[in-house]
Amino acid sequence: MPNKKQKIVIVGGPPAAGKTAVISQLIGLLKDGGVVAAVCKIDCLKTRDDEIYRALGVAAAAGLSKDICPDHFLAVNLEEIALWGERRNADILIIETAGLCHRCAPATKNTIAVCVLDCVQSIRVPDKVGPVLTNCDIAVITKGDMVSQAETEVFWQSVRLLNQNAEIVEVNGATGAGAQYLKIAIDARQSAAGVVGDELRHDMPSAICSYCVGERRIGNIFQQGVVTKMEFSE
Amino acid sequence: MSFESITIFGGVDKDGKDESIRELTIGRGEIYSVIGFTGSGKSRLIRDIEQLAQGDTVTKRRILTDGKIPEYKYRRAPEFKIVAHLTQNMNYITDLKCGEFLRLRAECRKIPAAAKNAERIIMTANGLCGEPISDETPLTALSGGQSRALMIADTAINADAPIILIDEIENAGIDKKAAMETLVGNEKIVLVVTHDPLLALSGKRRIVMRNGGMAGLLGTTERERDVFDRLRELNAYSLEIQRRLRAGETL
Ligand SMILES: Nc1nc2c(ncn2[C@@H]2O[C@H](COP(=O)(O)OP(=O)(O)O)[C@@H](O)[C@H]2O)c(=O)[nH]1
Ligand SMILES: [Mg+2]
Ligand SMILES: [Zn+2]
Repeated sequence: MPNKKQKIVIVGGPPAAGKTAVISQLIGLLKDGGVVAAVCKIDCLKTRDDEIYRALGVAAAAGLSKDICPDHFLAVNLEEIALWGERRNADILIIETAGLCHRCAPATKNTIAVCVLDCVQSIRVPDKVGPVLTNCDIAVITKGDMVSQAETEVFWQSVRLLNQNAEIVEVNGATGAGAQYLKIAIDARQSAAGVVGDELRHDMPSAICSYCVGERRIGNIFQQGVVTKMEFSE
Repeated sequence: MSFESITIFGGVDKDGKDESIRELTIGRGEIYSVIGFTGSGKSRLIRDIEQLAQGDTVTKRRILTDGKIPEYKYRRAPEFKIVAHLTQNMNYITDLKCGEFLRLRAECRKIPAAAKNAERIIMTANGLCGEPISDETPLTALSGGQSRALMIADTAINADAPIILIDEIENAGIDKKAAMETLVGNEKIVLVVTHDPLLALSGKRRIVMRNGGMAGLLGTTERERDVFDRLRELNAYSLEIQRRLRAGETL
């Protein structure tokens, strides 16, 4: 029975930020170093990322959350995903999240949390990304090849202001430049053994209104459960 | 990190054979162009320099700074930027006016006298490009030439990195010679990766890349200097024609 300890890395960040590209570059470096990697992708309705990872010659799995928030889905399945990684004899288990929900952050205290952001977005974007950035251990900035270096610097600074503790690295997902710094940052960190009893770094919102359970009709008379109404100031 | 020169010790090409250039030192205020076909190893060479390779990359090259092996921490930490990049694909995307952005940036980099710094960058940029940029021009409204000029001025004045890499900026409507002089005048080590003959000849020497290795090192000959002057006149002529046509004039 495989019983060696695998390192668990959870990668979050907005869609198209470059999560898959960065993980792929990292896998190349890990393989060069003889490290066994396994990757699990969580998405909502559809994903082809697992095929991309399989083509790189690593074990890959995909989970689809369908009707529920993919980050909730990941929290629900983390124990099983970790067991899968162990069965695949992984030294490092990388979990790519869907990156859609800006309210949730799936990182747990004992795993290594990576947030990928691309600087092609406005320099104000880091503000909007939420707990997936503010709770991460390593922030990866991509697409520096597409914007002026001055803007990348300002972007870097706004990430720093939101998360004082994170290690920030710049990686070009397309060419792999800088990926070695991500590897160094991950190598330097440990994830504690086992996920059972581990805790989320950030609470997830309750999703228990009528619409959560299939209601489609609009209007107060159809709403039950936790119903939060907007307040208008005028 | 700061240094006066880098020395590249040659490694191996794609076939594992020793590359021809065994040792090469480049100092501040010098321009070297890197020449070669696509796939000849230009990017790899830049990457080796950026990482301060110590025989630990596929090419087995070693990079010294000021003739010494650089401290380990500089090789590991991403915040010590050694090479600032300036490439054809880079654009300004921020929704701010030039002056506003440059001041914001100077403040966030803790550059003293942010307003002066911004002014100086815009002035320098205007020396490189025919169409003037103002404090009020939105960054996203800059033409290709204007944004290239602003990036070059900004890099020359503000970049911490001692090495500036220019990668394929030939199509921009800027005075290339003046651009190089601006960078060199600010005591940068300038590496130019290019297919553009004017830029290729603007360096002190050319590193010729072939099959992953540094295959040759060519100094600019007397004849090449003449060619360079002619190309420069042509470049100026072409920019002037462009300017007049844009101004609605007939030639
Ligand atoms: N130019 C450039 N493109 C990148 C970079 N990183 C990622 N990309 C591209 O951005 C697109 C989205 O990347 P992907 O990894 O699929 O994003 P994900 O949704 O976060 O997994 C792809 O076409 C990548 O090739 C980068 O640093 N530079
Ligand atoms: Mg992806
Ligand atoms: Zn959610």
